[in-house]
Amino acid sequence: MVTSIIRRLFQAIFVIVAMTIIVFIGVNVIGNPVDILINPDANQAERARVIAHYGLDQPIWKQYLMFLQGLLHGDFGDSFVYGRPALGLILERLPATLELAITALGIALVVGLPLGLYAGLYPKRLSSKLIMSGSILGFSLPTFWVGLMLIMVFSVELGWLPTNGRGPTMEFLGVQWSFLTGEGLRHLLLPAFNLALFKTSLILRLTRAGVQEVLPQDYIKFARAKGVRESRIIGVHVFKNLMIPVVTIIGLEFGSLIAFSVVTESIFAWPGMGKLIIDSINLLDRPVIVAYLMMMVMLFVALNFIIDICYTILDPRVRLDAKA
Amino acid sequence: MSEANVQDQSVQPASVEPPEPSRLSQGIAEFFKSPAAAIGFIMLVVICCLALFAPWIAPQNPYDLMQLDIMDGRLAPGSESMTGMVYYLGTDSQGRDILSGMLYGLRTSLMVGVLSAFAAAIIGTTAGLFAAYMGRRTETVIMRLVDLQLSFPTILMALMMLAILGKGVINVVIALIIAEWATYARTVRSTALVEREKEYVEAARMLRLPGWRILFKHLLPNCLAPVIVIATMQVARAIGLEATLSFLGLGASVTEPSLGMLISTGYQYLLTGLYWISFFPGIALLVTIVSINLVGDRLRDVLNPRNAS
Repeated sequence: MVTSIIRRLFQAIFVIVAMTIIVFIGVNVIGNPVDILINPDANQAERARVIAHYGLDQPIWKQYLMFLQGLLHGDFGDSFVYGRPALGLILERLPATLELAITALGIALVVGLPLGLYAGLYPKRLSSKLIMSGSILGFSLPTFWVGLMLIMVFSVELGWLPTNGRGPTMEFLGVQWSFLTGEGLRHLLLPAFNLALFKTSLILRLTRAGVQEVLPQDYIKFARAKGVRESRIIGVHVFKNLMIPVVTIIGLEFGSLIAFSVVTESIFAWPGMGKLIIDSINLLDRPVIVAYLMMMVMLFVALNFIIDICYTILDPRVRLDAKA
Repeated sequence: MSEANVQDQSVQPASVEPPEPSRLSQGIAEFFKSPAAAIGFIMLVVICCLALFAPWIAPQNPYDLMQLDIMDGRLAPGSESMTGMVYYLGTDSQGRDILSGMLYGLRTSLMVGVLSAFAAAIIGTTAGLFAAYMGRRTETVIMRLVDLQLSFPTILMALMMLAILGKGVINVVIALIIAEWATYARTVRSTALVEREKEYVEAARMLRLPGWRILFKHLLPNCLAPVIVIATMQVARAIGLEATLSFLGLGASVTEPSLGMLISTGYQYLLTGLYWISFFPGIALLVTIVSINLVGDRLRDVLNPRNAS
């Protein structure tokens, strides 16, 4: 087990290094940073000064080492737009994105798990069939369009919920959170529901598939034969065995929620990382783009690493070595 | 059933094989047994025709700025222009007929979806086949790359590519290809690994056929079923992603809007109650994606060898 964790750790580090090379090559070799960094009206001396300042006259491997050095120090350079360290800008907005993603995940679980369980236990009922058709819709509806329609119905027509921003926030553990104030919670509701829609369908379908896989198993039949109460069969025997795939998916999907929050944040003007990265791509704010990409890479590698470890602990039959 | 037939075909002379036009027609009959799939298929055909013949059907060329009249901007569905033309689904802020915009946008969306899914299928399938057939180093390198890519969500890969390449429809296609090829590679490899061990490949090896021939003439046809299913689903995914990226302002340009771009331009007017600019293109997008998914879902059931018996 320890060997497999260490091996997995080396793989994770390898992935991070590989991604630094890809991002570096992508940003510095395919796109020409000189064009982005320097005002086209600048004279020759000004050009030379800027090139030397950013080390762009150095050989490419040296530039890469400089990039790595900056990376290890958490220094991605200053944002061209805000004139402040890029990483700081992103970290500042991380809580807003995390708040949104966690709430969305919560909604997806609270709605998806029971509905999936129900649809799996009573597949013949009309309500189950409706639930399953609904989940297909949840898969197919483009998230951003649903977001717009939510705004149209709940904000414009009914006027129940606000359309954009985080609303008033309250400080907790040194960070500003929306969900602690009533008004902030109202701001959170629509974006979180929008982000949760796709994942709800996913968890719902996964749970249903899991239930149908577990129900015909011998240990369920045996429990029934023993006269175990139905509620206990469902609560303990079915649910426990369901949790392994669900936990994996939750881990993986949490990362994907953060990635997809790009869309929701843009619609609801939610001041998180996702909105920042879209603005930065549009404004060619290179340090912020690089910092965001590297942060996401680290986040995903870390998430995958944790999931793998949890998986081994949850299910002793799974050995990480067996995968290779 | 289908598996065995294809295998035999590749080893034995064609004349020995009984004529089998029935297999395809059987599959088609099987496909249309599901009413949902049949509806999806019909809708898809209609959508493709609408997109294909958009220049002849559309009341207006929405990309031709000369035909747009700013005076007709933001008209509600059913309004009539000064020239007597009826805007059945209303107009956007520049006086563009939403119906025409949707028909043309559908073209862009379908083109992006089909092109990227097709290109990704070719690249991914080839990579997967090579990985399975060559084994050792080649396999390790390709599959590590696949693992690396699949550990990131598609939208992040696409964003990464667009951050590097810059905005534009062509770059969106490239980004989608790069983001999606790995799915094919993984599936094809696992199918090919199973197929590789079967007798017909051994027989082909015995005949000393060149490697590329075994790969593409013997292994490839037997790995195609999952590729077709994934490709269908990927077209829908790619269309959705293209619309999302265009909505974020990273895809199609304002002058030649795709469906996503139309929805995006309607966004700012939504708050003032001009719902139609975003609403109708979204419906078109939804219908397209749902019908492709319905067809893909059924294809998976029909083509799955486990269900075929």
